[in-house]
Amino acid sequence: MTPGGGERVEGATAHARGSFAQAWACAVAGTSYVAWGPAELAGYLLGLTDRLVDLLVADDFDTAPAVQVGADLVAAHFTGTETLSRSLVVLREGLPPLVRDCAPSDLTSRLTRAMGALAGGYAAALRERALDEQDEIRRAMFEAHRQAERRLAVSEARFHTMFTEAAIGIAIGDLGGNITEANPTLLKMFGYTAEEFTRRNVSEMVHPDDAPSVWQSYEELVAGRRDHFRVEKRFFRADGGVIWTHLTVSLVRDEAGAPAYQVAMLEDITERHRLQSELEHLAYHDPLTGLPNRALLSKRLAEIFSRPRTNHRIGLCFMDLDGFKAVNDSQGHDVGDQLLRAVATLLDRCCGPGQLVARMGGDEFVILIDSTTTLSQVVTLAEKILAAVALPVRLGGHELTVTASIGIVEQPVAATTPADLMSAADITLYWAKRKGKGRYEVFDRDRVEDEIAAYTLSATMPAAIERNEFFVEYQPLVSLADEALCGVEALVRWQHPTYGLLTPNRFIGLAEETGGIVPLGGWVLATACAQARQWRDQFGESAPFVSVNLAPRQLQEPGLVSEVAAILADTGLPPRQLQLELTEQAVMSDEPGPLQALGALNEIGVRLAIDDFGTGYSNLSYLRRLPVHALKLDGSFAEGLRRADSPNAADEQIVSALVTLAHALDLTVTAEGVETATQLQRLRALGCDTGQGWYLARPGPPQQISAMLRRGCSNVNADATTNHACSHQSS
Amino acid sequence: MESPSWAPVEVDVDRPSAARVYDYYLGGSHNFAVDREMARLAVGLWPDLPQIMQANRAFLRRAVRYLASQGITQFLDIGSGIPTVGNVHEVAQAAAPDARVVYVDIDPVAVAHSRAILVGDDRTDVVHADLRDVESVLGDSRTARLLDLSRPVGVLMVALLHFVPAEANPAGLLARYRAAMAPGSYLVVSHATHEGQPDEAGEHTALYQRTGTPMTMRSRAEVDGLFDGFDLVAPGVVFLPSWRPEPGALPDAHPERYSGFAAVGRRR
Repeated sequence: MTPGGGERVEGATAHARGSFAQAWACAVAGTSYVAWGPAELAGYLLGLTDRLVDLLVADDFDTAPAVQVGADLVAAHFTGTETLSRSLVVLREGLPPLVRDCAPSDLTSRLTRAMGALAGGYAAALRERALDEQDEIRRAMFEAHRQAERRLAVSEARFHTMFTEAAIGIAIGDLGGNITEANPTLLKMFGYTAEEFTRRNVSEMVHPDDAPSVWQSYEELVAGRRDHFRVEKRFFRADGGVIWTHLTVSLVRDEAGAPAYQVAMLEDITERHRLQSELEHLAYHDPLTGLPNRALLSKRLAEIFSRPRTNHRIGLCFMDLDGFKAVNDSQGHDVGDQLLRAVATLLDRCCGPGQLVARMGGDEFVILIDSTTTLSQVVTLAEKILAAVALPVRLGGHELTVTASIGIVEQPVAATTPADLMSAADITLYWAKRKGKGRYEVFDRDRVEDEIAAYTLSATMPAAIERNEFFVEYQPLVSLADEALCGVEALVRWQHPTYGLLTPNRFIGLAEETGGIVPLGGWVLATACAQARQWRDQFGESAPFVSVNLAPRQLQEPGLVSEVAAILADTGLPPRQLQLELTEQAVMSDEPGPLQALGALNEIGVRLAIDDFGTGYSNLSYLRRLPVHALKLDGSFAEGLRRADSPNAADEQIVSALVTLAHALDLTVTAEGVETATQLQRLRALGCDTGQGWYLARPGPPQQISAMLRRGCSNVNADATTNHACSHQSS
Repeated sequence: MESPSWAPVEVDVDRPSAARVYDYYLGGSHNFAVDREMARLAVGLWPDLPQIMQANRAFLRRAVRYLASQGITQFLDIGSGIPTVGNVHEVAQAAAPDARVVYVDIDPVAVAHSRAILVGDDRTDVVHADLRDVESVLGDSRTARLLDLSRPVGVLMVALLHFVPAEANPAGLLARYRAAMAPGSYLVVSHATHEGQPDEAGEHTALYQRTGTPMTMRSRAEVDGLFDGFDLVAPGVVFLPSWRPEPGALPDAHPERYSGFAAVGRRR
């Protein structure tokens, strides 16, 4: 490059070159990505333009700079295919005007050669760049492969460690079920060597108790219809033992998604299973006797009731040992426990298949008989059990004899529920106990309903007293000598708002059990005494004494004596005008309380009578020790004397003997149940002092007695007779 | 040292890679025949594609320069692809010599290539991770070495989020990145849209089903929604060439032809 040429170049307008560079930039815009803004780009292209102008006007023409310009285009990342062609067009047209002032004569030739060199340089550089970049990307690919392989190797090492060291068994098999690999844990679990295991096929791993769904899932898996399944499954070990496993089988697919092979993972849960069944056994069995417990019974009942068959019947025996508490208390709990075990064993022996013996707790056992046909089937079993229990048992040197009571229910399953069945058996057991133990009773729905009604009645009794629903009727006690009125028995009645008029047999029994008898008895006593006092005021000495029933429960009340004394004081009735009737059982108590009460009542001056005499033990000896004044012969004796043609000779002799004995003890005798003239005549002949019964007079309101008294007063001898009978009693 | 994953990433050069196809559009040769075949098919359907890609690359350059002008000296470029012409670290370091850059890509070849190029540059590094695995991206020791996340950082997601389908919950992902970014940080996003040239965009989406990275086009409103917790820098969400064009650049009469939105947001 000469200085002169340089001056000429300087002389060319910079503006023209700048415009050309801008035009060049526009021509190649978008053909390649160059990391420059427009100004930078134009500046770069202006530099190239300058070099090309210099080249064209140089004294010594050389194409090397054109080659470099081509290379520099590539270096600037003008790599797009159209960049070169568009550049050549722009340069061919745009360069000659820029050198117009000093154009060499061979400009056209120079331009052609320069453009060729530029294109050549461009192509060479682009080729070099492309090769370099290809080289780079390939190296990058190999490096990425190497990295991936290294990671794969690490991953495989990990997998290998996991496979060999895992605590769970792992097996790999093909889709045909051939086992190709098994890890050491699995071999140990099954007791096979690796060779033995890999000779096996999955289809040989069937256990007879496998759920059908297990093998269905397996078929679906190998067919590619599912990717995994998880089940609990049993397997046979090499030694024939059984292991429980938690089995997970997974399908592995190839790259195209087709099933390739299967992986099974097995967790040994044999121990967990054993523990679970042990716990289940514990939960459902009684530890003392080993019998099923209440929970298992409930479960079995629930099963039976959840799917009853047609005409499905069920039987239940609810058994309880009689007096077990006494055994425990006297012999100790050890012996008690031994007894329970012995009973459990014999119950087990008495019962067969289809019969479940369960211990409910304490000394209560239940025998469940599924699918009964008749009640007698259950009764037969109950009888067999009672007989077996009654045999003496030897326990640790002692010979024990116990009895049991059984409540029996036998019903269609459809007609009841487990809870109702159990409660029916429980009630029935209670009946058997009440009826004297050592026996069975059969459930009776009507009886339950009666009891429920009675219970309801007794529960409402205190309120009924408040509402004055009770009233008292009086039945005359008549002197047999002259049929004169000498006393009255107070009989309580209940005018129930719903059930109408109720006699004592409907409510007294339960009132005794619930204790309701105490307030009621007190009320009757007060009412009767007040009435007797009224008659006394009206009729003086001819007024009858009043006889009031005293329940055993009342006799046990510590406040009885003071209550009676208070009533007598309140009403002002002379004590000898009051007679209290007690049953034999009540006065035969071993406890000192009732006896003391009887003594105290006697001291007050109240007369005491034994009611229903002859129905109990009829022990005459105790009469001597008791402050008793009268006997009331039970109505059954009068019944024996009823028939006019052939009276019962035994009854006549018994009554005669009783009367003689009673009179010897200075007791008056009242015959109950006098219903015919014949009876009256015979009882009178046998020496009874007074009589009571429908033939003589029915119970009635106090006005009826008042009317009789008014009539009786006008009767000849009435007073004398009454006085005789009554003086006898009061003595 | 990367921890080995349970399922090693396959290096599959039989399938086109979005990173290498992009390189081809930009005039590079960092690609294989399968990439070029895919690129030619795409250009056949949509001749504007190379220009769109160049516009996207130009936006990246302008955005990095803008961030540098705002004092940002650390950059996290997620989905960086093949380190071709006009790399972020070149642009950033030209503006601020102490700028540090962490590149992140899921493509193992792109990562290996980037590492080869960056050998000897201790202010730049490459993390092999998936955008969706935020822990791996932010928790990588390379990220921790170069970036101080207690200070503002420029997070670049250029031509990236259209590879995240709605099922992958891009908003949730961005929220997790945002949580790691100090206030004053920037988020740079460019995103393919069907709003510019709907017909071509649909075909293009279908074509990208062939790559390991299928596309999800999004509307302007959806792109705007990605900036929850950020204040958009003017001019907001605009077509690629319209975002803060270079001085002296001729205004483009049809910026919508570029079928991509660009936006930069500043973390509140």
